[in-house]
Amino acid sequence: MSVEAAELTNRKSAPDIGFGEELTGAEALLRCLILEQVEYVFGYPGGAVLPIYDSLYSSYLKHILTRHEQGAIHAADGYARATGKPGVVIATSGPGATNLVTGIATAQMDSIPLVCITGNVAQNLIGTDAFQEANITGITLPITKHNYMVRDIRDLPRIVKEAFYIATTGRPGPVLIDIPKDVSNAKAPFYYPDKVEVRGYEPTRVPTDEEVQKFLGAIHTAKKPVILAGGGVIASGADSELLAFAEKTRIPVINTFMGLGGFPGVHELALNMPGMHGSYAANQALLNADCVIGIGARFDDRITMGRTKEFAPNAKIVHIDIDPAELGKNVATMVAVAGDVKSTLIKSLPLAQECDTTDWLAQIKSWQQAHPYQYKKTDGELKPQEVIEMLYETTNGEAIVTTDVGQHQMWVAQYYKFKRTRSLVSSGGLGTMGFGFPAAIGAQLAHPDRTVISVVGDGGFQMTNQELAILKQYNIPVKVVIINNRCLGMVRQWQELFYDNRYSQIDLSCSPDFVKLAEAYGVKGMRAATPEEAQAVWKEALAHDGPVVIDFQVTAEENVYPMVAAGNTLDQMVMGDE
Amino acid sequence: MERHTIAVLVNDEPGVLTRVANLFGQRGFNIDSITVGASEEKGLSRMIITTGGDEQHLDQLIKQLSKLIDVISVTHLSKDPMVTRELALIKVNAAPSQLVELNGIVEPFRASIVDIGPSSLIIQVTGDSEKIDALLVLLEPYGVRELTRTGSIAMARSIVPAAAAV
Repeated sequence: MSVEAAELTNRKSAPDIGFGEELTGAEALLRCLILEQVEYVFGYPGGAVLPIYDSLYSSYLKHILTRHEQGAIHAADGYARATGKPGVVIATSGPGATNLVTGIATAQMDSIPLVCITGNVAQNLIGTDAFQEANITGITLPITKHNYMVRDIRDLPRIVKEAFYIATTGRPGPVLIDIPKDVSNAKAPFYYPDKVEVRGYEPTRVPTDEEVQKFLGAIHTAKKPVILAGGGVIASGADSELLAFAEKTRIPVINTFMGLGGFPGVHELALNMPGMHGSYAANQALLNADCVIGIGARFDDRITMGRTKEFAPNAKIVHIDIDPAELGKNVATMVAVAGDVKSTLIKSLPLAQECDTTDWLAQIKSWQQAHPYQYKKTDGELKPQEVIEMLYETTNGEAIVTTDVGQHQMWVAQYYKFKRTRSLVSSGGLGTMGFGFPAAIGAQLAHPDRTVISVVGDGGFQMTNQELAILKQYNIPVKVVIINNRCLGMVRQWQELFYDNRYSQIDLSCSPDFVKLAEAYGVKGMRAATPEEAQAVWKEALAHDGPVVIDFQVTAEENVYPMVAAGNTLDQMVMGDE
Repeated sequence: MERHTIAVLVNDEPGVLTRVANLFGQRGFNIDSITVGASEEKGLSRMIITTGGDEQHLDQLIKQLSKLIDVISVTHLSKDPMVTRELALIKVNAAPSQLVELNGIVEPFRASIVDIGPSSLIIQVTGDSEKIDALLVLLEPYGVRELTRTGSIAMARSIVPAAAAV
């Protein structure tokens, strides 16, 4: 075991927290994190956070030293998505802080609770273009739920308390705390507030009886209702309530990409994903529904295709969302309920009645049977969809799967039937390449006993593959599945379909030997290029007690189907390989 | 395009104006005018923002503003009767000999001449935007050398006529 790993595992008991004790800002910060029951901190030291890292040296907190700040924040994000608890990341000022930006925007788009701690130069240097100075609160202003600069050590505990509260309540999101070095070094008696008061911030709202009646009234008369369940179901922990609601009302459930896992993918009422690469049945259901019940879903343009007037043309829209600004933002609603999804469903369940959906469900089943997700197998060639199916079948839909963005991400959404909530960890809104692999590290640390698979493309993996060092250093048994088509697959697909096969700058054939790359980091590497090899290699990988990188060399020309081209409507689906 | 006036009560802290202004830019809303100053409560400032757009646009703007942690409340003032005022200083090309003539223009507007120079003078006027616009039309022939306007401040009327309150 390495020195760092030993340090990580030896710190098992939290010290007593003495209030009133004179502490530096850095010490106070770490005390706050412990009081917030933070388990892991991901980060990278530097000049402006040296006081914090010095305090960390003797702290109970477990710190994961990534090889890049982007790796740290995606790992913190993966931890947060897999647990619902806030992820915590520390970076130094200037470039350290700006390296967090992609990760912060990723979390903001998907409503993920993060607390990002950045150092800054001492206050007397702020505004002088000092070494490693960056206005990180200004830079992150549009991509955080809120951010702070701590100007006085006496404000530090209150700000940390508020940051965790804001990040995790209401619609979750990232909160950044920028701490100048002089504040980290200053001393003050340590006190931690018992409660938080953020005036004007009303994060939780339980709908009134009248609102619930209105909501149920709108759906009880529907003959062709469909639930569009989004990431809000997962964020509010409402998966079991949604299951009970759908089963009681007999309303089929379409899971948005961010909602996958929030409803069992193999349930008889499950319709999988809608939109650009959604299932035929899901899109037909939306086109023909007389009532669409959006639950924690924001009707984004990968579902409506930006053609909001033609979206679900025959349906009245009912929308529940904790964020009032989402109600009526993208689509006009008949009934809008501003409230927490879980509270709303709990309040609705006793009053909900079974809808007369027998004919509707039969119609949906016929669509599912006529047009399932499918692809053509070719002798001797490994198809990417085949790999994802294999992952699903061998893990029985129980694994945590993280992805990057692109074709492999859509194939995971289509072919891996997630059974449990918080099992798909993927950048939905921002579509961040390089996210999937470090996110898997956070997810695995959060769930050491579950199988964590990081499905990545050969493009995205090369954006953050330096974090292989973390797998070795802390012996994190993530299984990295590279869907290697030697090109930027989704870009290639669009260039084929919409740019007359002009394949501009997608060639990744000059990539490293991924097996050797893994081995260079001390991680087991394997390769498969045929279905038979894939089965054998994957069996060995699952049995291996430690991290593995598997280079699945798949056919390059495979496209993601069905597809609705950007600018078209859901009735203009291209079915592809049928 | 319909014009709206909204009052935003915010924490009086550094960067709050940037947050509000950034939100307008990020979400594609336009600011016609924005004024910021102290409110009746220490530690809080009130911004008065005038903007254009339809009802859906305004609804989204108010909801997005309400999401900002430093925003305490958002009030749509122009949906009910309100009092608005703007202050303008207008520097006009004019010789002292034209003073009487200009006083004749300025007085009906309850504006005043607050500075006189050899070739220009400064007129101060308060009122709603339309009143200031009207005075500017009259002063235009003299040549407006410099103009500075504060943007509107506004407040809901204490008594709302029954018809308007419906």
